[in-house]
Amino acid sequence: MLKLHHIGKSFGPVEVLKDITLEVKTGETLGLVGENGAGKSTMMNILGGIFAPTTGKIEFNGQAFEPVEVSESQQSGIAFIHQELNLFPNLSIKENLFISAFPKKQGFFNTIIDQKSLSSQASALLAEVGLSVSPSTLIGKLTNGQQQLVEIAKALNGRPKLIIFDEPTTALSQQETDRLLQLINSLKEKHISMIFISHNLDEVKSIADHIAVIRDGALIRMQEAEIYSKKEIIRDMVGRDLDQFFPIRSTHPTESVSLEIQDLNADGKNDLSFSIREKEVLGLYGLVGAGRSEMARGLYGMEKLYGGQVRWKGAQMHKLTPQNWIRHGVVYLTEDRREEGILAFKSIRKNVQLAALPRFIQRFGGWLDYRSIKREVSSKVKATRVKYQDLEIQPVSELSGGNQQKVLLSRWLMTNPSLLILDEPTKGIDIGAREEIYQLINQLVEQGSCVLLISSEIEELLGMCDRIMVMNQGALTAEFNRSEFDQSAILKHALKAAHD
Amino acid sequence: MTIVDNIRTYLVKNPIVGVCLLYYLLMALMVPGFFSANNSWNLVYNFIPLLILAVGQTFVILTAGIDLSITSIIAVSSVVGGYLMSSDVGLVDGSKWSMLLGIGGMLSVGVIIGLINGISVAKLKMPAFMVTLTSLMFFSGFAIWITQSQNIYNLPALLVDAPYHSFLGLPLPVYLAVLVFTSCYLLLNKTLLGEWVYAVGTNIKTSWISGINIPLTLVSVYVISGVCASLASLIYTARLETGSPVMGQNVLLDVIGAVIIGGTSLFGGRGKLQWTAAGALLMTMLDNSLNLVGMSFFLIMMVKGAIILLTALYNQLGSKSLTHA
Repeated sequence: MLKLHHIGKSFGPVEVLKDITLEVKTGETLGLVGENGAGKSTMMNILGGIFAPTTGKIEFNGQAFEPVEVSESQQSGIAFIHQELNLFPNLSIKENLFISAFPKKQGFFNTIIDQKSLSSQASALLAEVGLSVSPSTLIGKLTNGQQQLVEIAKALNGRPKLIIFDEPTTALSQQETDRLLQLINSLKEKHISMIFISHNLDEVKSIADHIAVIRDGALIRMQEAEIYSKKEIIRDMVGRDLDQFFPIRSTHPTESVSLEIQDLNADGKNDLSFSIREKEVLGLYGLVGAGRSEMARGLYGMEKLYGGQVRWKGAQMHKLTPQNWIRHGVVYLTEDRREEGILAFKSIRKNVQLAALPRFIQRFGGWLDYRSIKREVSSKVKATRVKYQDLEIQPVSELSGGNQQKVLLSRWLMTNPSLLILDEPTKGIDIGAREEIYQLINQLVEQGSCVLLISSEIEELLGMCDRIMVMNQGALTAEFNRSEFDQSAILKHALKAAHD
Repeated sequence: MTIVDNIRTYLVKNPIVGVCLLYYLLMALMVPGFFSANNSWNLVYNFIPLLILAVGQTFVILTAGIDLSITSIIAVSSVVGGYLMSSDVGLVDGSKWSMLLGIGGMLSVGVIIGLINGISVAKLKMPAFMVTLTSLMFFSGFAIWITQSQNIYNLPALLVDAPYHSFLGLPLPVYLAVLVFTSCYLLLNKTLLGEWVYAVGTNIKTSWISGINIPLTLVSVYVISGVCASLASLIYTARLETGSPVMGQNVLLDVIGAVIIGGTSLFGGRGKLQWTAAGALLMTMLDNSLNLVGMSFFLIMMVKGAIILLTALYNQLGSKSLTHA
């Protein structure tokens, strides 16, 4: 079906893919894993016709395949499902499905859209992916998982022979993920080949026939999923054994309360009260849409608050704005890196320095002390182990997701924070970088900071937190201390009433 | 790296500078009279106010805004300056402070209209285009209404002679231009405000989360643009020896054109004052050279419009090839 022969790709002197040879058979699913920056995206971009390989040949469907444009790759039967969806939220499902080729009525130079056939074709496609909503529903009204299904329906409309899923489950809840994986299994029966890229090894193992691991641009191993253990996969990805995945902290929370929140109302309905102690990692678990981010964003001054009292280190906080919080040493790492995290086309240095700049105003003349800024930026990106080529020239958008996340962490480290609100800090980030982020969190906490860790991954919370709060439909429904951690009880509280 | 290599990389990064040099050489060779001392001074005198206006405009455009109100600021400043300084209607005429008061009054106009623009954009979150277009209409009308469309003559001799006074061989406006450019350059490239201007223009949400004072940044850029317009008005008023309510009516296209030709992006976040200076110089040379070869005002407008469009197109293609690389 798809064969890559000795594919290599270099950007200037940098070799990002080295001699990759692999094959995907008809109806087979290949799980592709590797750390951020390992070369997965470059490989996919070559299949998508965005780059041409420097060396090697691709064979697709028995023919030589050299796409030079995105549309060419689509026409030959390759479809992409990306982590970021390409749908128009202000249009309906059916319009999105047929946006590139609407069914037309005869006459009037065939300019009139045939609404009837549009609706019926759309319904058929939605049935195929098991989505039972009206095709006239606006995309913006759907959940992330439903939007993902629409995206797949759109891909199926082109009758693809190969579908490439790039981190499709990152934005989905557990139920939605299960449903998506079921759908992928049903596509196998239709003899559609698939490449499934994900950082979640359990997902990959559950649906892939073969798993290929890429590291530093080279194919390390390709093996049947059944006999390729998770431990081996991780070792091949990272290049070493990861014994203690969640590193252990040497300190415990103290008795002194850092942040105290009373009756915080972020949704107009629920009053939330909780506190965080010094050297504590407090986890916040809940389903997507349970109101975790809304609460944190309201607290940080990015969304409307309906009321509440906030005390920081014993003193009442009046102006809840990011500027004021940062001054007091409280920072918020956003979940939405691309939209509100990075300055995309600016250099790494400009990205890292951003929040700490006021600290570098020289007393004489008010100029910024660029020498100190540069020195500190380079020490911070070293501490967070960002992989980069040039701090001054390389735009941050060129870095992989994990490295962008580390750049944002460096930005906050430069402000010497005492409380870090981390909103899904490891979303879409590979295992090696993830472990580094966990270690970094521990270091900060050991030095006296505290952390509010918002996550949809229960294992991450169980591994990292001193205490976990559960949020359900805007309200705090349960709280567990480390000694009482119980995965099923936490899940039960998060899911309760969601089914009623 | 050799010097040649250095020059080459500089020109690749700053294409407008190369275009400017090339155009100057071509015109010097092809258009008789272009290279003469007389015409060179002409170029300088026309370049200076445009440079000052375009420098102010660059700040606004870097934040992804636009300031259309500058021509109205020029007119109101000129009228206010005239009222304060003229010996016909001069409110403070005869006082030895009339010059200082006049200039202070003119600059205040820029500050006040800049504040109105800035606060509307930053605090009331109105689109810059709409805010400054409304300012343009209102204050242009105001200047004409308050003067009953009459020019104000008999400005102090000190002011009227100033543009031709020389210090160390260079006329005073040159010093004003150098002062404005240098201080704006330092402000944009060496201070917190400068970093904030670029950050806000690149991504306003990121800037907010990172603790940037967005209202302060936005109000500042409109005030800077307003003050620059008042300074340009000072030069125009002195040279024309009148306070005029219709002063600077045709300059808006040239100012925005200079910024865009320079390569500053209308979407914010990308651009340099050096580029704007080169863009302003190119606009001045275009005007001057096309005039010398005998083109009419309207034909010159057409040529300038075409050139702005071509540069915008070139920049668009350039940024596309960058994202694909």
